[in-house]
Amino acid sequence: MLIPVSISISVVIFMIVHLLPGDPIDNLIRVGSSPDDRARLIAKYGLDQPLFTQYFRWIAAMFQGDFGDAIVLRRPVADLIAQNLPYSLQLGGLAFAFSSIVGIIFGTISAVTRSAAVANFMRGFILLGSTVPGFWLALLMILFFAVRLQWFPVSGARGWESLVLPVLTIGFGGVALVARVTRVALMDVRREDFVVLLHAKGLSSTSILMRHLLPHAMLPVVTILALRIGWILGGAVTVEFVFGRPGLGSLLIRALGQRDYPVVQACLLMLALAVMIGTLVGDVAQAAMDPRVREAKK
Amino acid sequence: MLEVRDLEVAFGPIAPLSGVSFSLAKGETLGIVGESGSGKSLTAMSIMGLLPLSGGRITAGSIIFDGQELTTLAEPVYRKLRGGRLGLITQNPMTSLDPLQKIGPQVDVVAKLHLGMTSREARARTIEILGTLRIPEPKTICDRYPHQMSGGMKQRIVIAMALAADPDVLVADEPTTALDVTVQAQIIRLLDDLVKKRDLALVLITHDMSVVAQTCDKVVVMYAGRAIEHGPVEDIFHAPQHPYTQALIGCIPKGLSEDEHLTGIPGTVPTVVNYPKGCAFHPRCKAAQAICSTDRPGFVTKGQSAAACHFAGAVQ
Ligand SMILES: Nc1ncnc2c1ncn2[C@@H]1O[C@H](COP(=O)(O)OP(=O)(O)O)[C@@H](O)[C@H]1O
Ligand SMILES: [Mg+2]
Repeated sequence: MLIPVSISISVVIFMIVHLLPGDPIDNLIRVGSSPDDRARLIAKYGLDQPLFTQYFRWIAAMFQGDFGDAIVLRRPVADLIAQNLPYSLQLGGLAFAFSSIVGIIFGTISAVTRSAAVANFMRGFILLGSTVPGFWLALLMILFFAVRLQWFPVSGARGWESLVLPVLTIGFGGVALVARVTRVALMDVRREDFVVLLHAKGLSSTSILMRHLLPHAMLPVVTILALRIGWILGGAVTVEFVFGRPGLGSLLIRALGQRDYPVVQACLLMLALAVMIGTLVGDVAQAAMDPRVREAKK
Repeated sequence: MLEVRDLEVAFGPIAPLSGVSFSLAKGETLGIVGESGSGKSLTAMSIMGLLPLSGGRITAGSIIFDGQELTTLAEPVYRKLRGGRLGLITQNPMTSLDPLQKIGPQVDVVAKLHLGMTSREARARTIEILGTLRIPEPKTICDRYPHQMSGGMKQRIVIAMALAADPDVLVADEPTTALDVTVQAQIIRLLDDLVKKRDLALVLITHDMSVVAQTCDKVVVMYAGRAIEHGPVEDIFHAPQHPYTQALIGCIPKGLSEDEHLTGIPGTVPTVVNYPKGCAFHPRCKAAQAICSTDRPGFVTKGQSAAACHFAGAVQ
């Protein structure tokens, strides 16, 4: 399953990158260079070969763990990735944890609260969080918290302060999504027959919620979170750029501007890999949580 | 042990249940019969104090259990009774267990909660109870999940949960309706044994008159959210007073002969929104007169039984 998917993804990435108008050489040669210089560079990076050949060269190198060299940045792609990946992992991981934890808590509160005010606040928050675009929120937050209140730096990646606004930006939509799924799932499972018998056993509402309802509600939440790993990373791409943070997203956007094929390909492949791992982890988690799924897999 | 008087239940402005009364002693089985929608489950939920789960509440009447008024009981106190002294068995065993948890812990928790047992003691008790319910290999069953078991087995697990803390009253809401015919008989026999062995008071809700005839001491017949006849089983079966009861008894197949087909009562059961005025049964009643559609009949007592019909006993 993973192999055919990986192959098709690599083909698609390669095609998209190479079908973009423009080429990296334009960004490399100085004004006044001769057409000969240009031809020499094109030959050096193998850009004169048919696309087919270029693709197989790339794949073959990749299998040997060689991502190639960046054309414009003139460094091994592996170095660039190694340098930027930790920043993205940190931001993505924090945003992911923030979305899950706060989302589950908010969703649970909104499902069990008896206060109309709390319920309305939660509903408003979920609606807002699911509709406001991330980049706009990022700009608002920069204006308010960074420029006006000066609580957090406008950009960069120094210290934990620089992480707060980016995590909040990505997390806002994530929290709303997780809260919504948690809320709906809790409302659904609460109507199931077995809940009546749980009450009939004399269990308290709190222990029924913690030991029975939440584990059930986590099934769809885990599914959606696994699917959204890619979305959170996608969010990280623009958010890194807006906040001027280093990371795969910033690297990707810069490399795209310069048509630095090897870098773009490597970045996209990393993102695709993350999405696939997310789906896989989601499946494993599903099976770990639900005996019926385990049975069906056998 | 348990006495219900003039129970009335409402969901907001609608009142699907009213005027239900009965009493029950230890070692006795009370049958509540009626077609679907007659208010049997609402009665069961009222006794268990679980109406708020579906948004309903008791608006009149009283439920007295062991000298204690239940309708005004504070929730934390009620919770100790539920599963402790009041056990519940519900209709559909396929959906009445948590599918994500193993059987063992789902039963153990009752003894832990109400008898203060440790995990190990509770498990020993679970295995013992499963054994008395004739469940093969109780030890291995504890490590199985609900979806790996048959409906009949699951219903026994539900019964085990209800019995784990040695309750005084067991409320069984159509415990066999969702099961195969052969399994039905086994479960009914099991419940009957339990009443005798443990001196339980059993409220057995069913829509099957033949089950009542086999197992119950007393019976309450319900129709459109009201009790319309009650009394000792022999009296009710020997001389039913209410035309509805007569019709229900008439529906029991008498033998296994081929040409005898199952009869139903013509017409349909009214729902809360269209409970008829007067006697709710009058649109389907063969003996209905003008008064039946205008005045609600009161109970006419005869011996130990009573029927709510203007012509109780007069029509046969
Ligand atoms: N949650 C509810 N809200 C409103 N009406 C209800 C609710 N539950 C049951 N009823 C009504 O109460 C009546 C009796 O229902 P029920 O006790 O479930 O009947 P039975 O168990 O005898 O089949 C039905 O007419 C049903 O429509
Ligand atoms: Mg019912």
